[in-house]
Amino acid sequence: MEVIITGLVLGGTYALVALGLNIQYGISRIMNLANGELLVAGGLAAFWFWTAGKISPMLTLIIVAPGAFVLNYLIYVIMLRPLVRRAKSQGELEVSSILATFGLAFVGVGIMLALVGGQYFSYSYLSRPIEILGSNYGLNRIIAFLAAAVMCGLVYLWLHRSRMGMSIRALAVAPDSAVLVGVNVERLSALAFAIGGAITAVGGALISTFLTLDPSSGVLFTLKALVIVIMGGVGDTRGTIIAALLLGILETFVATVFDPGLTLAAAYLLFVLVLLFRPQGFFGKPTS
Amino acid sequence: MLKQLSALTAAAVSVVLAGSAVAQDTLKFGAVAPKTGGLAGGAAVTFWPNVQLWAHDVNARGGLQVGDKSYMVEIVEYDDQTNPGETIKAVQRLATQDNADFILAPYGTGLNLAAAPIFDRYGYPMVTHTAISDQIEELSEKFPNMFFTLGGATGLAGGVVEVLSEMREQGEIGNSVAMVNVADAFGIELAEVAAPQFEAAGFDIVYSTSYPLGTSDLSPVVKAAKAANPDAFVAWSYPPDTFGLTAQAKIENLDVKAFYAAVATAFPAYLGANGESAEGVLGAGGVYADGEAWSSYAVRHEEVTGAKPDFWASGMVYASFQILEQAIEGAGTLDRDAVSAYIDANDFDTIMGEISWDEFNNNSAYWTVGQWQGGVFKGVASTGREGAVPAVPKQGW
Repeated sequence: MEVIITGLVLGGTYALVALGLNIQYGISRIMNLANGELLVAGGLAAFWFWTAGKISPMLTLIIVAPGAFVLNYLIYVIMLRPLVRRAKSQGELEVSSILATFGLAFVGVGIMLALVGGQYFSYSYLSRPIEILGSNYGLNRIIAFLAAAVMCGLVYLWLHRSRMGMSIRALAVAPDSAVLVGVNVERLSALAFAIGGAITAVGGALISTFLTLDPSSGVLFTLKALVIVIMGGVGDTRGTIIAALLLGILETFVATVFDPGLTLAAAYLLFVLVLLFRPQGFFGKPTS
Repeated sequence: MLKQLSALTAAAVSVVLAGSAVAQDTLKFGAVAPKTGGLAGGAAVTFWPNVQLWAHDVNARGGLQVGDKSYMVEIVEYDDQTNPGETIKAVQRLATQDNADFILAPYGTGLNLAAAPIFDRYGYPMVTHTAISDQIEELSEKFPNMFFTLGGATGLAGGVVEVLSEMREQGEIGNSVAMVNVADAFGIELAEVAAPQFEAAGFDIVYSTSYPLGTSDLSPVVKAAKAANPDAFVAWSYPPDTFGLTAQAKIENLDVKAFYAAVATAFPAYLGANGESAEGVLGAGGVYADGEAWSSYAVRHEEVTGAKPDFWASGMVYASFQILEQAIEGAGTLDRDAVSAYIDANDFDTIMGEISWDEFNNNSAYWTVGQWQGGVFKGVASTGREGAVPAVPKQGW
């Protein structure tokens, strides 16, 4: 039971890391390699508000989310839309967006370095035990998990219950045909990219309450997010959430029952198995 | 248009002239260390502010006095991205393109080892400050201009064994130790060196494991350690996991009388993140915090750079620059071989106290263990430094 709860909580963290990327890649078709840097920037904002004014990271979210939304919207419109317009095929867009966002990742690291230097930002927020079914868990992790659950739920409802969500799903499934039924592809792509970015930054602010970050640590999160998005199936939020939770439980199980040294090996073994037997991800449709 | 161009040219020429006029009285010092990558967080605390402070201090007192000329210090900085290949390239560039007069030693064990052959090839003295190795004898034989100040793995581990043994003698802890390490060069080497020393001292290692670098949830590690019911917890950890293990220990209420986490416990950010809970935590390093030399250094460090120094390597980084500074002035020449020879032949009075070399160019008296006591990370064990205070048992979180 302890393993399952710890694993679920860790999985919730992973879902925070991967959900934004999944929306950006699945819907806007931008493989955003600067995802991790954006996450760290969200954490940096939370750290800064906490140390400068003792403003709770939960309140910071109110600033971080719209800030990241606007920032990502601008990034998409200024930097990525020209690539989208120029690209002749999905493959071409993927290559150019990977290159562009790879560069963006360096810019992000550079800006954060210039702002705060290379130091670690670590602070203590709600780092106290909460007892669930007889064992202790970090309250900040539980809160991050609940927030992840709420966000995933909202995204799912939005995609599946609203008209705009339906258009966005249409865009994810068949971008070329979506235009024919009156979906404003350009506007929705920018919107989805911005929402994905906002989710990532919010995730970063939540994660910074229990992980120590520094401006260069973004790439680790990008890697984890990539693995989860690919396992879960591109463009499917359910897949991402299940892949994240599965990964969390697997890592905790291996660390508790076998050895903490084997968690990485187990995670990548799962990744390889998924790629071998279900390359389209848990919920992805096979490509013809 | 033409007028503008000629004005521009004139401006450029005057800049060049001004530059060359200054250049005669300037010594160029190269500084290569991470500003990005895995070790950037450590270098930002420990290395870069000291470069700034040292250049400031030297220039504020009128520059380096070499013979009857004085030189201002100019720093040329490179980011090596925590990549040994980049460190080598940057040092090479400093030697051949920038014509640096001297080069400060890089940051971290691995990057220093990578750069040592290049320092050696171009004949630069290399006073390391953050290289911890048990291969000092071989290294100093191979690279006669390489000097070591921060100690070796055996000594660091030995310090922990010594502190725990003393606490056991006082009846503060029992025999059982839980030991974990990050699965990286530093953590693996320390764990390998420490295990036999603990056993020789009669300790019982009741739990031992390693975890990958960048593990995001350390709760299984701390839970398993707690289940083994140890008297002392020892972690050969890197900064992110030092913070992570401490947070988990607090959450799990790992009630040990001795809690040791290696790297970054001495950072001011550790106190910042943990506040009162930091009290009594043991970690690698320590300084003679009550000593006049160190405390006035700490005040200047904060005034000039706006940041506090850490309580371990920061002081040694500055001290290594002082050694270079005193050797250049003492040798009275810019000849690098003469400066190296001067370093080799002399003892140096630094903010960390007197530094002297054994036959392997090694400063054999260094701090090994420190402890947070009343908001200051005080040295509690060393291999022969003055000013250690007794370790106290940890009283809960």
